[in-house]
Amino acid sequence: MGRSDLITGNVWEQYSNKVIERMNNPKYLGEFSEEDAKKRGAKLVVADFGSEACGDSVRLYWLIDPKTDKIIDARFKSFGCGTAIASSDMMTELTIGKTVDEATKITNLDVEKALRDEPDKPAFPPQKMHCSVMAYDVILEAAAKYEGKDVKELKNSEIVCECARVTRGEIEQIVREHNVKTIEELQKYTDAGTYCKSCVAPGGHEERDVYLVDIIKEVQEEMQKEKLNEANETEDFEKLSFIKKIKAIEEFLDKKIKPMLAMDGGSLELVDVRENGENINVYVRYLGACSMCASSQVTLQAIEEELKKHFKTEKIKLLQI
Amino acid sequence: MVYLDNNSTTPLDEEVKKIYCESNKYFGNINVIYDLGIEARKKLNEAYDILYPGIGANDEDDIIITSSTTEGNNTVIKTFLNEFIKGNGKKHIITTIAEHSSIKAPCAYAKTFGMEVTYLRSDENGRVNPKDVENAIREDTALISVLFASNESGAIQPIKKISEIAKKYNIPFHCDGAQAIGKVKVNVRDLGVDYFTFSAHKFHGPKGIGGLYVRKGAPFINLIHGGNQMGGKRGGSIYLNGIIAMAEALKKANENLDYMNTEIMRLRDKLEDAILKIPDTKTYVDKKYRLPNSLIASFKGIEGEAMLWDLNIHKIYAATGSSCSSERLEGSEVLESLGEDPEIAHTGIIFSLSRFTTEKEIDYVIEVLPKIVKRLRDISLTYAKVKPK
Repeated sequence: MGRSDLITGNVWEQYSNKVIERMNNPKYLGEFSEEDAKKRGAKLVVADFGSEACGDSVRLYWLIDPKTDKIIDARFKSFGCGTAIASSDMMTELTIGKTVDEATKITNLDVEKALRDEPDKPAFPPQKMHCSVMAYDVILEAAAKYEGKDVKELKNSEIVCECARVTRGEIEQIVREHNVKTIEELQKYTDAGTYCKSCVAPGGHEERDVYLVDIIKEVQEEMQKEKLNEANETEDFEKLSFIKKIKAIEEFLDKKIKPMLAMDGGSLELVDVRENGENINVYVRYLGACSMCASSQVTLQAIEEELKKHFKTEKIKLLQI
Repeated sequence: MVYLDNNSTTPLDEEVKKIYCESNKYFGNINVIYDLGIEARKKLNEAYDILYPGIGANDEDDIIITSSTTEGNNTVIKTFLNEFIKGNGKKHIITTIAEHSSIKAPCAYAKTFGMEVTYLRSDENGRVNPKDVENAIREDTALISVLFASNESGAIQPIKKISEIAKKYNIPFHCDGAQAIGKVKVNVRDLGVDYFTFSAHKFHGPKGIGGLYVRKGAPFINLIHGGNQMGGKRGGSIYLNGIIAMAEALKKANENLDYMNTEIMRLRDKLEDAILKIPDTKTYVDKKYRLPNSLIASFKGIEGEAMLWDLNIHKIYAATGSSCSSERLEGSEVLESLGEDPEIAHTGIIFSLSRFTTEKEIDYVIEVLPKIVKRLRDISLTYAKVKPK
């Protein structure tokens, strides 16, 4: 919240001049017929996409050169508001000159960005992003028709935010890397969920199979589980691989033993760890005050006890070099 | 400019504006005992002399001055929420899907405390069936709240019949009257309601001032606690020039009722006839159940906000119930319930006239509309010839 949120209803004044211009005079409005296609030696593809949730839909017409798969011309028809018309117009323009395969890479965000007057200022307010920008879906429908495939084959099912086209994998990675716990934290690292917001949580503009809040929760739970597993591994020292045993011992010496010795001006270093039958021999060298200490042998025994206690095993032997 | 969104808000009447500005000189606090207070109280009394008969209230009833219908509606719903929280066991509210958010939102809030709300659906004329109200009544029903008329559909509800049912079961009855004053004669005692709420800006008065009628003996708990203003029922310094202006606006609204129901209704009908001459258009709600100033039409194939956009270019201002309308993103239940055609929720345009609407303005709209419809249908997918295979 804050000052800008206190004034509601501002939609139209946030439209870029390009949006306004294309709403008032769409450049690629129209249709192609089979005759048009024949005249230009092209294949006609007509595809629809409509979002029932908000009553917008778009129809895309492509003339494709069958030799090169290149879209030589395109038109659209739209049922929708001003932004739907303007963004359909821009989307249509962006597909012209591309191959069908290249066109499928166009994102809703690409269309929105192309409609900006200034690179850093959105072309329209975020709530319009979902309803009005249907580029990704209708292009996929058209491409599927041309290639004779099911649209599901082309669709990346992993996409969770259709506006910014962010995949589940990307979200999971961000959550892991930055230990993200909330949507606000997540959105420091990604545009996902900042446009139409449908993918953030249930109850938004449109129903989704998976929501960002669920992904954060699931990944956090996984991370918790992994942490627990690590802890379990520590408890089950004897089952650890040899290298992990060495690492665990070294970590324990660094974190627990050295600070204690340091209080008396001493230290030790880990020289070697060797498997001796069932036993683990740990070789250390005293440093500093310890090397001259009269009670160093007693200390060695005490450290061994600490090791045995921490790793819950009797099989560790501590040896001084 | 042609302003046809009067169900949303209305321009200030010039004479009301004059009185509003002049009355600023009565700045004295209404509670003080010296002369300035005496003068202010006299002026408040004069305003009440207009307000009470203006809506048909008895002097033993209260007309509590509020900031808006929204405040009045909140006060009523939360009175019953508070009674419920205190433990009266009455947890059920009956209302309708046609209500304004100032009823729906407090009801949703009340539900978070364990209250239950029944939303009655309206018929193809946008009206609630009184039998449905009766059937919804339970042992623990605390309140029935039905709006006088819908700002979207313009449908006038059978308030008197519903109030008879409420009385039969001894359940308090509230009517949101935001759309009533200035369009139809309002007499709260005749209607038999226990609460009636209104805003001055809907009948050419200023914004930020309204009224909450409370029939004598009806339950009441403050929404705003504060000073002893309004008999201690609504704290906050009295907005005297607002009240004086509201009284004047009410007087003029009542004086112009005949004009509204003859001349303005004629203009509305003229516009409606012209719209229906455009192919693939429809209007909704039988005129005999509709506010005299209101008209809702759908233009096949044209999404509501796109229509508003083009009307705006021609400086014609109307409203939409469309899913993409500026303030609301979900489809309109009220409009959806009006007909067999689900498109209405996306293509419905609401034109609402006022007593200041002129024939010249309506003629201009009639001239411009077919051009707008043509341009937008040229864009429309609905009218495209080549379809996907």
